[in-house]
Order: sequence, then C-alpha cells, then structure tokens
Amino acid sequence: MSDKLNITINGFQVSVKKNTTILEAADEQGIRIPTLCYHKDLCIAGNCRVCVVEVVGQKRLSAACATPCEEGMEILTNSLKVRNSRKHIIELLLSEHNADCTKCYRNGNCELQELASEYKIMTQDFIELVPLKNYTIDAFSPSIIKDDSKCIRCQRCVRTCAELQGVNALTVSHKGDKMKITTFFEKNMNQVVCTNCGQCVNHCPTGALVEKNYIEEVWEAIADPTKHVVVQTAPAVRVGLGEELGLPSGSRVTGKMVSALKRLGFDSVLDTDFTADLTIMEEGTELLTRLKKALVDKDENVALPMATSCSPGWIKYIEHMYPEFLNNLSTCKSPQQMFGALVKTYYAKARNLDPENIVSVSIMPCTAKKFEAYRPEMHDSGYRDVDYVLTTRELAILIKQAGLDFNKLDEVKYDRLMGESSGAAVIFGATGGVMEAALRTAYEIVTGREVPFENLNINPVRGMEGVREASIKIEKPAKEWAFLDGVELKCAVAHGLVNAKAVMDAVKSGKADYHFIEIMACPGGCLGGGGQPIPTNPEIRQKRAEAIYAEDSDMPIRKSHLNPEVAKLYKDFLKEPLGEVSHHLLHTKYTKRERY
Amino acid sequence: MANSYLLKRADFIFRNENDWEKILSNSIKKKPADLINELISSELKGRGGAGFPTGLKWKLTSEAKSDVKYVICNADEGEPGTFKDREILSKVPYKVLTAMAVCGYITGAKQGFIYLRGEYKFLEEELYKAIDEFEYYCKEIKLEFKINIFMGSGAYICGEETALMESMEGRRGEPRNKPPFPSIEGYKEKPTVINNVETLAHAYTIFKEGAKKFYDLGVQYSRGTKLFSVSGDTPKPGIYELELGMSLQDFVYEFGDGDTKAVQVGGASGFLVPRKKFKDAAIGFQGKLTGISLPTGGSMMLFNSSRSMFNVLDNYLEFFREESCGQCTPCRVGCQQLLLGIKAVKRGDKPASYLDKLMRLTETMQLTAKCGLGQSVANSFSSIVENFREEMIY
Ligand SMILES: Cc1cc2nc3c(=O)[nH]c(=O)nc-3n(C[C@H](O)[C@H](O)[C@H](O)COP(=O)(O)O)c2cc1C
Ligand code: SF4
Ligand code: SF4
Ligand code: SF4
Ligand code: SF4
Ligand code: FES
Repeated sequence: MSDKLNITINGFQVSVKKNTTILEAADEQGIRIPTLCYHKDLCIAGNCRVCVVEVVGQKRLSAACATPCEEGMEILTNSLKVRNSRKHIIELLLSEHNADCTKCYRNGNCELQELASEYKIMTQDFIELVPLKNYTIDAFSPSIIKDDSKCIRCQRCVRTCAELQGVNALTVSHKGDKMKITTFFEKNMNQVVCTNCGQCVNHCPTGALVEKNYIEEVWEAIADPTKHVVVQTAPAVRVGLGEELGLPSGSRVTGKMVSALKRLGFDSVLDTDFTADLTIMEEGTELLTRLKKALVDKDENVALPMATSCSPGWIKYIEHMYPEFLNNLSTCKSPQQMFGALVKTYYAKARNLDPENIVSVSIMPCTAKKFEAYRPEMHDSGYRDVDYVLTTRELAILIKQAGLDFNKLDEVKYDRLMGESSGAAVIFGATGGVMEAALRTAYEIVTGREVPFENLNINPVRGMEGVREASIKIEKPAKEWAFLDGVELKCAVAHGLVNAKAVMDAVKSGKADYHFIEIMACPGGCLGGGGQPIPTNPEIRQKRAEAIYAEDSDMPIRKSHLNPEVAKLYKDFLKEPLGEVSHHLLHTKYTKRERY
Repeated sequence: MANSYLLKRADFIFRNENDWEKILSNSIKKKPADLINELISSELKGRGGAGFPTGLKWKLTSEAKSDVKYVICNADEGEPGTFKDREILSKVPYKVLTAMAVCGYITGAKQGFIYLRGEYKFLEEELYKAIDEFEYYCKEIKLEFKINIFMGSGAYICGEETALMESMEGRRGEPRNKPPFPSIEGYKEKPTVINNVETLAHAYTIFKEGAKKFYDLGVQYSRGTKLFSVSGDTPKPGIYELELGMSLQDFVYEFGDGDTKAVQVGGASGFLVPRKKFKDAAIGFQGKLTGISLPTGGSMMLFNSSRSMFNVLDNYLEFFREESCGQCTPCRVGCQQLLLGIKAVKRGDKPASYLDKLMRLTETMQLTAKCGLGQSVANSFSSIVENFREEMIY
C-alpha cells in the first residue's frame, strides 16, 4: 500500500504523505491558509475556524488545520465561499474584540491585526459587543498582564500551559457568550500556580497576554544624571534579539547589541554570562560537596539529586508542585540575581559608587525573571538587587524608539568588571547548557583532565528531546576526590515544565537515581523563553540553539573556571566558592506555595 | 406520497412483554454479521440527532481493530421540553440495556455506559437495580458485558457525542474535531458506538420482530416509528409514538387547537413550518421543508395566532447564545450577533435589510461551525425570518 495520497489543491494535482492535514499540504505547495488557533507547538484545537477551506462535494467547509487529506480530495483554499466565510469570521472576532490597535502592546505583531489587514476589514457592520462584556484587565502579576478584551478565545494559552508546561494555571470557564479564559476561581495571575514563565505570552496571537513592561522606568533611570545605570544581558538574548529587528532567526548579534545598549545610554554594559560562570563555580562546588557528604560521610540527609536553580519559572513550579523537594534545589541564585547582588556590592566598591545611586537593569529572555527580581529575598545587597527586568522584546522596543539602525551598528565588546565570560556561560541559554558547563568544570576539578568529549562538546546533553539522560564515569580522580573513583555520575536534563514533571515523578517514585538534574522551564531552554521574540516554534528554537553553540565554539575560553574575572572576584572579594560572602550574596532559600 | 399519508399511531416502544432475556439469549446465538445485516435492512436511523444509519455505525465499530471498545447510550436529553428518553429509561429500561449488550456482542465492546442527564439523577437508583439484574443474567448466559452510569453535568452541549466523551474523560464538554469519528476513535480514543436511548429501544424491536416489520412502517428514507414530544398550543400535549412520514397537515388536524399558525419541527435546532406549507411538509428524515435531520428530541411545538414569531425566535437565540460551548467563533459570536441583531431591527436601530446580512451570517455558521449546534442555528433562524419577516420588523 502506498503511503502517498493524490489530491488537488486549487486545481493543481499534488501528492502528499498520508496523515497530512490540508493545512500542511497547502503549506508544502507554498499556499498559506490563515490560522489563529493553530500553533506548531500545540495540539490541534480547530476552534477559530479562519482556516476553513472548501472540499469539493462536501456540504460544509472544513477546518484545514484539523482535517486530514484523503485520496482524491479536491481542495479550494480561496473560493468565493471560503473568502466570504473567512471574512465573516474575522468580522465576528473583531466585533467581540477591543480593537484599539494604536493603544495595544502587540500593535504591529498581532495575528488578528494581520488578518484584518489582509482581508481589508474596513467597516464594522456587526454590533460592537465590547461595551456589553465587562472585560477586565489583570495586572497584578509582576510579570504578565492579562487583558480579556483582547482575547479571541483561541485557547493557545490554555494548551500551552497544559501541554508544554503541565501547570494548568489557565483554563476555560463558562460557556456561550460568557466563555472566557480564566484561572482557578478567577483569582488574579499572581495568586495562582502560574510560574510566570511567559510561554502563554509567547504563544498568544494577540495582545491578551503580554509581559508587564518597564520601558518608561528604564528610560527615566537613564535620563537621571544622578543614577549610574548598569545593564546585564542574559546568554539567550544575543541569539534572539535580531529577530525583532528584522534579521533571520539564529542571527548572532552580541556585538551589535552591546553597541546598541551603549548608545541607549547605559553607563555600563555587562554580561550575565559572567555570573553564569560564577554559578558554575558555586553550583559545581555545591554538587561535589553534596556528593562527598553522601558518599564519604554517609549523611542520609543530603538531598540528591541536586537540581539546578537558574530558571525562576522552574523554581516557582517546584515550590507549588513538589515542595517536599525544595532541599534538592541548588541554593545558588540564578545568574541574574547573583549579578544583581554583586553590582551593588563588589562592583559598587570597585568603581567607587554609592549603591544607592546604582540602577541595575537586566535584559532577559524571560518573564519569570521579572517576578524573581521582585521576590522579597532578593535584597541581599541591602537594596533591591535587580531593579528592572526587560525582556528581549522590550529591549528591541528601546532600540526602535531610540531610532537606531541596528544592522548598521558596529560590534562592540562588553565593559569590564563583570563583562568577561566563557563559552560555558553562553550555553546556559540552551537546554542542557548548564549541565554541560558544570560537567566541563567539575570533571576537570576532580580529575585534572578535560571532559572526555571531542572539542568539549558534550553531545548527549544537547538536543531538543524533552528529557535527556547522560552519565559520566569518573576515573583516576585527584587525591582529594579519591572517593569519587569509579563513580558513575548520573545526570538528567529536562526543558518545558511538562518534562520537568516527568523527571520529578521519576525521582519521587524512586525510579530514577540521578545525582544532578538540570531543569529549564521553557521549551529549548532560555532561548525559547517567554520573553523572546514572537513567534516561536521548533524550527526557530533550533536555529537559536545552533547560534548559541556557535558562540560557544568561537569563544577563546570555553570553561567557567578559566574566566579570569571570576578568578579575580574570588581573590578580591568572595575568597572561595560557598564561602561566607558567597553564602550571603549568592545563595538563597525557597518557599513552599499552595497548589492552585 | 406524504400528502396522502394518514396519521398512524404506533405502540412498539412502550409495549412491554418482559421478554428481554429471551431476546438477548437468542440474539447472541446469531452471527454478528447477520445481526448487522438485520439492522441495516431495517434502515433504522439514529433518533438522537444526525440520523446516521444505526446498522452502518455498528458495522464500522465492529470492523475497527482494538481490544477495547465501548457502547454508550446517550441519555443527556437536553432539548427543552422533551422527556421521551426519560420515559423509556423509566418504563422499559431492559430494552435499552439489551440493545447495548447485543451491540457489545456484535462489536466486541465489553463495557457500556449510560450518560444520564444530571436532572435525571432520580432515575439512577432504579436503573442500577435493573443493571444489577441485567448483568447477573449476562453472566448466566456467559456474555461479558458491564454497564455503568455516568451522570451528566447539565450543559446542553454535552449531548453532542464528542463533547459527551470529553466530559466523560474529565475535561470540559467541548465538541471535538471530526474526523476521527467516534466509531473509530471515541471514548478514551477507542472505537465507540454511541446511540440515543430511543435508537436502542428501536434496535430492540428489530431484534425481536425482525427488520421487515420495522421497515414496513414509515416511508422511503424514514422507516419505522418515532416518539414525539408534542407541546405548545395544543389541547393534548404529551409523548406520542407515530409512524414517520406523515404530513404536517395531518399532524395539525390531530394535535392543533384549530388556530395553528406554525409548527416548529425538531425543537430549537429544527425548522419552523408556517400554516400555508403544512400540506407540503412531511415529518421524517428528508422532509421537504425540514431538511435532512429530525433533531434530537422529536419535539413538535405548535403555535397559534396569538404567538409572536419574533418572541419565538428571540427565545431560541437566547437558548443558543447560552448553550453554545463557546469554543468556535462562528457559533459563539454568531449567536450573540443574531440575537442582538434581531432586537436592533425590531427597535429600528438597524434597517430591515440588516436581516439579510444576518441570513448570510447564518449561512456562514452552517458552513463553518465546528458542531451540530452552531451549524443548525440557521434552521430556525432562516425558516422564521423568511416566513415571518414582517413580525421581525414591526
Ligand atoms: C448540540 C447537540 C446536542 C445533542 N444532544 C443530544 C442528546 O441530548 N441526546 C442524544 O441522543 N443525542 C444528542 N445529540 C446527537 C449526538 O451528537 C449523536 O448524534 C447521537 O447521540 C447519536 O445517536 P443516534 O445515532 O442514535 O442518533 C446532540 C447533538 C448536538 C449537536
Ligand atoms: S490584539 Fe491585535 S487586533 Fe487587538 S488591539 Fe491589539 S494589535 Fe489590535
Ligand atoms: S489569551 Fe491569547 S492565547 Fe489565550 S485564548 Fe486569548 S487570545 Fe488565545
Ligand atoms: S506564565 Fe507559564 S505558568 Fe503562567 S499561565 Fe502562562 S504558561 Fe502557564
Ligand atoms: S458550534 Fe457552538 S457548540 Fe459547537 S463547537 Fe462551536 S461553539 Fe461549541
Ligand atoms: S486554525 Fe484551524 S480552526 Fe483555528
């Protein structure tokens, strides 16, 4: 039996694989069928109905996204019947929609707006439903604003939160005209299990879910002559930002980004990668210490596996869902928060600045980092450690507002003191990167030799598989690590909270005996973060990942422990990993949270 | 043919000869293929909505490859003013249970469910008693078949077969995309036969009396009898079993109050037939004016000249606006626009020609809505607006 089907699309004969949907078949022929509820990351909903097409001989139109091709099908994607129906549907959506595009955060990057423009919906014959709706705006979360008046009820957010994240913070409630997207008991977003990961924001086609932006606050700080404004940029921003500024996915724009930040008026442009390297020193030492306690001291209370703590979405998730495992989390703050604590202490002292006058801004691929910066425990410098967190998208807005022609900018290097980094730090931006960076350093500390992988590329922990496992056998360790001789270090990597759940359930049931697990809340890791450019999909994330690994390969230093600025930091300030100062500034504790 | 057809009452469904044990044990001595052929040649069509041929439905599931299959009896009966399924389940539950078990025997399903409308909770205890006795007998004749009751959640849309399955699986009752159809991928993604209560009761009759007896009743494309819930301006409201295919004229002679202005055939999702067209309308699956379906409840509502057709339509639209599951655009927003639209025309806020725009909207809803609810709003809307346009405007 052939696995091909013969169909015609708009009169042209084509042959497609079995189980191809009409939407995919048309796409292969270069025919775009408009969609709204469809998203490559998600299961098919088939509820918006803008993708309807005509299948000759059938009484009704078919949703292209949800209908598999069948032998002999004659499909019309642009017949008059199709056009009229589609136009009707767009008009209906707009009649229920608060379409004040000029005041909307997604103006210019909105799937509904694009469709309305494409179909030239110039009038509104239907009755405006918006005034009858009692729409509300929920702006209580420090990360996310939910504006129901912009919602087209495509349920992409609901599917995202359930399928990618396994959180189910968002659900559908009510039916008929009252049907809406809501939370448990219609509580505000800051009162529910929401992890602030922002994946729903990244997957929303409209302005109904957006990040809470701090653009004006940052402009004000820059304009204030009494303030010294420091900015740090996370690893994944440099492989995403270009997309917002007209470059293809996977463009590496590190140098241009630094240049742009300087032109925007930041007093010092520094790199979160620096504290990523620092994280490896602290977290690697923490792991080895835990292993020693478990293997040598036979301490039963040591919590293993140890889990990474760089992803604040993951942190909030485990606080809600697996509070009994909080001791398994590394006590290390995320690189952003380590950076914030150091800027107002170490950096202030070295540059002879009053920390009172420092404004610390971070550019993150992440909306959960906004929440993280706002956590009450993140004031270890004596001030709020990170004042404002902007997403990659917000940075692009600053750049556009400043009128910079991004492509024409020259490539500039980060400022010094907390601007130097290694290739191990930049891969923090991809799933598996923290694991790889930690192994590069820990293995070398323990054995005195480089990890046994070609070019330091630990391929088993790379890739986009939801959960990946690897183990590395420690042989001939240095004297002080003799207890690790022959130990097979078992690791797991997961990205997307639904995969985190799989790993945690395996740990909980005793099925898994990992020593170390890396978990990132977002699909693909930070490069697919909730603050990255929209759209996102598997191909785009793949391109960003390739760019990240290319950045790593091109770095002169590829291992965190060789970062000279980190060495200097220990020498001048911290003294040693897990030392007293570190303990105070770089480590944190976690809070059990309710599960709704 | 419909014109000269005379009203005939029938009595199959509620006639109870307490012979279910015999019918069951005899049926499972026959070959599944023979039973299916019997059903197919009776031309029984589903009494729950879409009028799909029941024999074919069972055949599809019997041919589907799977170790696990299910039979579901749809007793959600959500259409306002209908309660024929309730009557069947309380008066002749064994007929329904037997038909489910025979269906299980034919298709290979070993588990059956009755999806019982929330408001019918009071039937649950009696039904479980019947199920206990029934399962005991199945064991005796070595037929492996269990039946459970699943209580519905009270939403009209949960009567739609795939929304019903979603709700049984613990999710929100929203219709699924079709294909896949339940016969191949239904409850828990397993091949599932889902039938209306009344359909199963007719299947019992066919297993008992043979296909021919059923086929000989009714007219072409509409064989057998059907329960109707007669309501509205009638001196004799109630449930009646009637042969299919009778003319609406005959029906009105029998049930009207002498001043019948119009009859709504098939409830809110059905069609309104005005007096001048009674002669031309037959009550069946392919009635000229009533489209191809004979929707859910077999509801027949009579209106006399005191009724405002605007109010009638207004009520139906209000019902749809609330009972739409709300997931798909044409239905969720369309229902709101239709309801507000006719009010605006009535008030004079929109010109009479706005009704034509709304008629085109119902066409779009029919073409593009995801399930039968949104697709059938056009039926009552267009038949009422076309026939009583003045009443909509003035
Ligand atoms: C909105 C809607 C509501 C429905 N409600 C019912 C119902 O209450 N009972 C029922 O048997 N079928 C109902 N149906 C029809 C079912 O989807 C399905 O077609 C039927 O259960 C199949 O059984 P049958 O072949 O025996 O008719 C409904 C359909 C729609 C679209
Ligand atoms: S969500 Fe889109 S269509 Fe709606 S107001 Fe914003 S930009 Fe305009
Ligand atoms: S919030 Fe956005 S993603 Fe969610 S249903 Fe509304 S429009 Fe769709
Ligand atoms: S931010 Fe993340 S956890 Fe919160 S609702 Fe959105 S997808 Fe769910
Ligand atoms: S047609 Fe109506 S009831 Fe059916 S799926 Fe769409 S919104 Fe829900
Ligand atoms: S994209 Fe197909 S129905 Fe929404």
